[in-house]
Amino acid sequence: MARLTAGVGSSHVPLLGVAVDQGKTRDDYFGPIFAGYDWTRDWEAREKPDVIILVYNDHASAFDMTIVPTFAIGCAERYKPADEGWGPRAVPDVIGHADLAWHIAQSLILDDFDMTIINQMDVDHGLTVPLSMMFGTPDAWPVKVVPLAVNVVTYPVPSGNRCWALGEAIARAVDSFPEDLNVQIWGTGGMSHQLQGPRAGLLNREWDNAFLDQLIGETDAARWIPHIEYLRETGSEGIEMVMWLIMRGALGRKTRLLHRHYHIPCSNTAIGHIVLEPAA
Amino acid sequence: MNPIPPTRDIHAYLAELEDIPGTRVYTAARARRGYHINQFAMSLMKADNRDRFRADEAAYLNEWPISDEAKAALRARDYNRLLDLGGNVYFLSKLFSTDGLSFAEAVSTMTGMTFPEYRDMMLAGGRSPIGNRSIKGGY
Repeated sequence: MARLTAGVGSSHVPLLGVAVDQGKTRDDYFGPIFAGYDWTRDWEAREKPDVIILVYNDHASAFDMTIVPTFAIGCAERYKPADEGWGPRAVPDVIGHADLAWHIAQSLILDDFDMTIINQMDVDHGLTVPLSMMFGTPDAWPVKVVPLAVNVVTYPVPSGNRCWALGEAIARAVDSFPEDLNVQIWGTGGMSHQLQGPRAGLLNREWDNAFLDQLIGETDAARWIPHIEYLRETGSEGIEMVMWLIMRGALGRKTRLLHRHYHIPCSNTAIGHIVLEPAA
Repeated sequence: MNPIPPTRDIHAYLAELEDIPGTRVYTAARARRGYHINQFAMSLMKADNRDRFRADEAAYLNEWPISDEAKAALRARDYNRLLDLGGNVYFLSKLFSTDGLSFAEAVSTMTGMTFPEYRDMMLAGGRSPIGNRSIKGGY
């Protein structure tokens, strides 16, 4: 049977992709950010997951305002890196796991989550930057990916509680997939940042770290954080952190911390990263 | 556990979103108002469209059903005004890239700071949430 073995949280700032693509990951600006991922790159190389369920948001790349799905799951065989206005990133195509994705999609719908199914899309920095952070610059990604796109742009976005519950349902779906697979779930985006208006540039180290604390152990306090708190405390784009709750919800009642990293700033954004495993 | 009940009152929910200083949350009302601004911005993902826009901004904008006010704001790159008119920064970022601006530099134009000032603020830990959380509450 498929096993959900770990969860990873990570920011997905596009500038990190630029740093990787231009070979600047060890300079004075980016070095402290990437150093916090060294542990994880070694760990991933040892863990050798088969599939990543990668929770992210599209940034006006695959989706425009024509259609706004709250939760959408990629069931395609492969995905091309998106052209976000300056040409696609020179990273490998992302290979899907269509069997697992369709199994999860069907299971979630029967479990009362009305998923949108995607058979064709390009994937932007929200998805490819975390792959670069965790796997570096291979010729082919060493994992298959099930993209799970969340609307965190047009309000109302899904509640933290709904995201957590979706994670729980994803865990049930993975558990019932008959093939023996090592599956991880990643929640990406955040942490505090605001990209718009006179308040742009807001960062909140204290709140971000309290949020990381709440992903560890038995507490489920984070699932009850209302949207207005993210907006007030972490900037208008800090709301992306609800996607981390899908990851946390999937890990079950209790988690154990394996690794944690926090750095300010990267461009407009606070970088957060955490690695968790389910604890009995 | 003592869960906070989910928000059921859509009016109270939406009113709260307007209580954040210097911020326009991308609500349905803004999404409706700015629909064509944002779709215009998305059209700049195609190189051909970027070239046509650069060659004659006014002519290109006239192909879109957007107000004269919005056209003027787009030509002036007045991003705060565009947010008021329903623009969203992820869509507007296609105009940033068309102009060859980094995201951070474009964002800095909304803050009343120069880009070097904004960059220094970020390097020093960013803008503090203190005093920036609530218009009504002033905290």
